[in-house]
Amino acid sequence: MLRITTCIKQVPGTTKVEVDEETGVLKRDGIESKMNPYDLYALETALKIKEKNGAELRVISMGPPQASEVIKEAYMMGADDGLLLSDRKFAGADVLSTAYTLSQGIAAQGMPDLIICGKQTTDGDTAQVGPEIAEFLSIPHVANVIRIREIKAEAIVVDMDLPYAVETVEIAFPCLITVEKGIYQPRLPSFKLKKATQDRPIHQLCLKDFTDQNETRYGLKGSPTQVVRIFPPEANTERETWEGSGPELVGMIHDRLITEKFI
Amino acid sequence: MASIKIHQNNIKDRDGLLEVCPFNALEWEGEELVTNASCKMCKLCAKNGPEGVFEFKDDPVAVVDKSLWKGIAVYVDHDNGKIHPVTYELIGKAKEMAAKIDHPVYAVFMGAGITQKADEILAYGVDEVFVYDHEALTHFRIEPYTAVMEDFINRHKPTIVLVGGTTVGRSLAPRAAARFRTGLTADCTILDVQENTDLDQIRPAFGGNIMAHIQTPAHRPQFATVRYKIFSAPVCVDPTGVVTICDVEEQMLESRIRVLEVAPKQASTSIEDAEVIVVAGRGVKQEKDMELVQRLADLLGARLAATRPLIEAGWADPKTQIGLSGRTVKPKLIITCGVSGAVQFTAGMTNADLIMAINNDPGASIFDIAHIGIQGDLYDILPDLIEKIEATEENVCTTIPE
Ligand SMILES: Cc1cc2nc3c(=O)[nH]c(=O)nc-3n(C[C@H](O)[C@H](O)[C@H](O)COP(=O)(O)OP(=O)(O)OC[C@H]3O[C@@H](n4cnc5c(N)ncnc54)[C@H](O)[C@@H]3O)c2cc1C
Ligand SMILES: Nc1ncnc2c1ncn2[C@@H]1O[C@H](COP(=O)(O)O)[C@@H](O)[C@H]1O
Repeated sequence: MLRITTCIKQVPGTTKVEVDEETGVLKRDGIESKMNPYDLYALETALKIKEKNGAELRVISMGPPQASEVIKEAYMMGADDGLLLSDRKFAGADVLSTAYTLSQGIAAQGMPDLIICGKQTTDGDTAQVGPEIAEFLSIPHVANVIRIREIKAEAIVVDMDLPYAVETVEIAFPCLITVEKGIYQPRLPSFKLKKATQDRPIHQLCLKDFTDQNETRYGLKGSPTQVVRIFPPEANTERETWEGSGPELVGMIHDRLITEKFI
Repeated sequence: MASIKIHQNNIKDRDGLLEVCPFNALEWEGEELVTNASCKMCKLCAKNGPEGVFEFKDDPVAVVDKSLWKGIAVYVDHDNGKIHPVTYELIGKAKEMAAKIDHPVYAVFMGAGITQKADEILAYGVDEVFVYDHEALTHFRIEPYTAVMEDFINRHKPTIVLVGGTTVGRSLAPRAAARFRTGLTADCTILDVQENTDLDQIRPAFGGNIMAHIQTPAHRPQFATVRYKIFSAPVCVDPTGVVTICDVEEQMLESRIRVLEVAPKQASTSIEDAEVIVVAGRGVKQEKDMELVQRLADLLGARLAATRPLIEAGWADPKTQIGLSGRTVKPKLIITCGVSGAVQFTAGMTNADLIMAINNDPGASIFDIAHIGIQGDLYDILPDLIEKIEATEENVCTTIPE
């Protein structure tokens, strides 16, 4: 049977965070969490394949213990099994060490045939974790998938969205795809599945369960990028009113169109 | 490597301690306060927490020998040899930074049948274009493209690699960065370089609600992606750089991906997908004058749209009506010409990034939502504006024939 792993992440319920300009502190008012909306599409894609072709669907998430909530939610949508990678040593992870941790967690459970990631997260917002997981697992990947065409015995055929074309490609298993928002309409968690899965365990792994236990590859230690500073963006909401003669106005419009790179 | 040390003995008041961290990364493990996997090492706890409790420890790290890494490389994004302009914008930024640290600017150009196109890139002032031209690189497939990038980096050791934030770039850059176990910062909006060749990368986070300044202090090369239209293309120069043809070896070309079909997309004609829109409203007096608005739209690569009265008059295609009973659009720029700004209209376009409104009535309600309200007569403005744009030379470098 086809084995699919979907990567899901718990993200803050809102991106409307503000930074206090004086103190540099993030203002938060009881930020709640939810599943990364883009991952709902990844999950739905996996569920569609499962329904049509039969598959065993595992979800995996790296995060603090409360991230198990998104795994429960995935159970309520139809995932069979869930794995949470949680360890204080994973703290402060950037793209590289997040992807490395996920690749270790995926490998620890036996390589699946197909890994599906969301296009991006709403907090990290990089769209890079998927391709980096594929690199660490030495498997091919295709990003921006907008359609699943066919599941073959040894490969999957998908449509990939490019700016000027849609490319149909066949990727041999094992492989990773990242799917676009809107590939399928995500289903709602079902009450029936909620009851049926409420006692289903969520597996947890920490660093000592991994093949590679070198601490310098995880969390902040394994992160080549470092955040030097966070600060609020310049407000761009001011309104301007321009008055003047025709030629003056033309000059101003022309200049602005150039600075904004429309000409 | 950095860490947060929590001095449990110095905790006087347990209340409110968890709230010191905006990322919910603090938690009680029994009696002990600990950081969990959400910690971003932002140091805010050390800065804002109670005295003596949180300590940020920055241990010295094993640093690469930065002097061994020289040059700023730009990945040449293209579609069958048609070079994406983001490439030139990155070259512009690369030249600016390279001048500060006295490094060369490289372009990495991979594909099939592209060699003769390399000269085009020289005209933007790069020092060396490395061309990997091979049949098997016709389509973007991740393994061969990454292998070529790897070959280039191993041979020339650039300190910085810039990649356009295009569909291809956003797939290739992370793959290559992971292969070198180095950092990559996505969608940078500001880039600068330090004397020690560290790249300052600034990018929006949390959907643009905060900005993050990021560095890759101990790894090389430093990867960054930048979207189209963030930087400016450089002015053309007399080319002084060289084109170097590189060997594409068989083992670079292995791939488990097969391209079965490429279906070119119809250029979308729907106004919903347009990045720039010019709207004609009833300030346009006669049908013939629609040509004026259309001309402006053409010059800006924009789509022409209209308000309902004009649609009803049959002056424009009903599919181009914006508003409550029309379409909803979210372009980067919308220019309205002679539109009053009735709510039924604005309901379809208030999410545009930049709204420029031309109207001769200072009291028109379109000015309440416009970012730039231009009080003037469209018949005074449009003809001259069109003329002026037509006169603006396009910044495309054409190769000087030998
Ligand atoms: C249920 C309902 C649904 C509707 N849905 C839509 C909809 O989807 N889309 C839509 O567009 N409308 C819709 N309408 C109509 C809407 O209410 C307005 O009537 C319409 O948007 C006005 O179009 P306008 O701004 O082009 O014309 P006007 O309101 O007549 O405005 C023309 C403007 O041009 C300015 N002007 C005149 N001459 C010049 C000049 N030489 N230079 C510069 N400025 C000049 C004037 O000062 C004026 O502000 C709907 C109405 C209803 C009741
Ligand atoms: N911590 C995580 N746990 C599980 N999956 C993740 C995590 N971070 C990122 N992903 C996956 O990678 C995709 C891209 O994330 P990003 O690169 O952060 O935009 C997401 O849609 C997820 O599928």
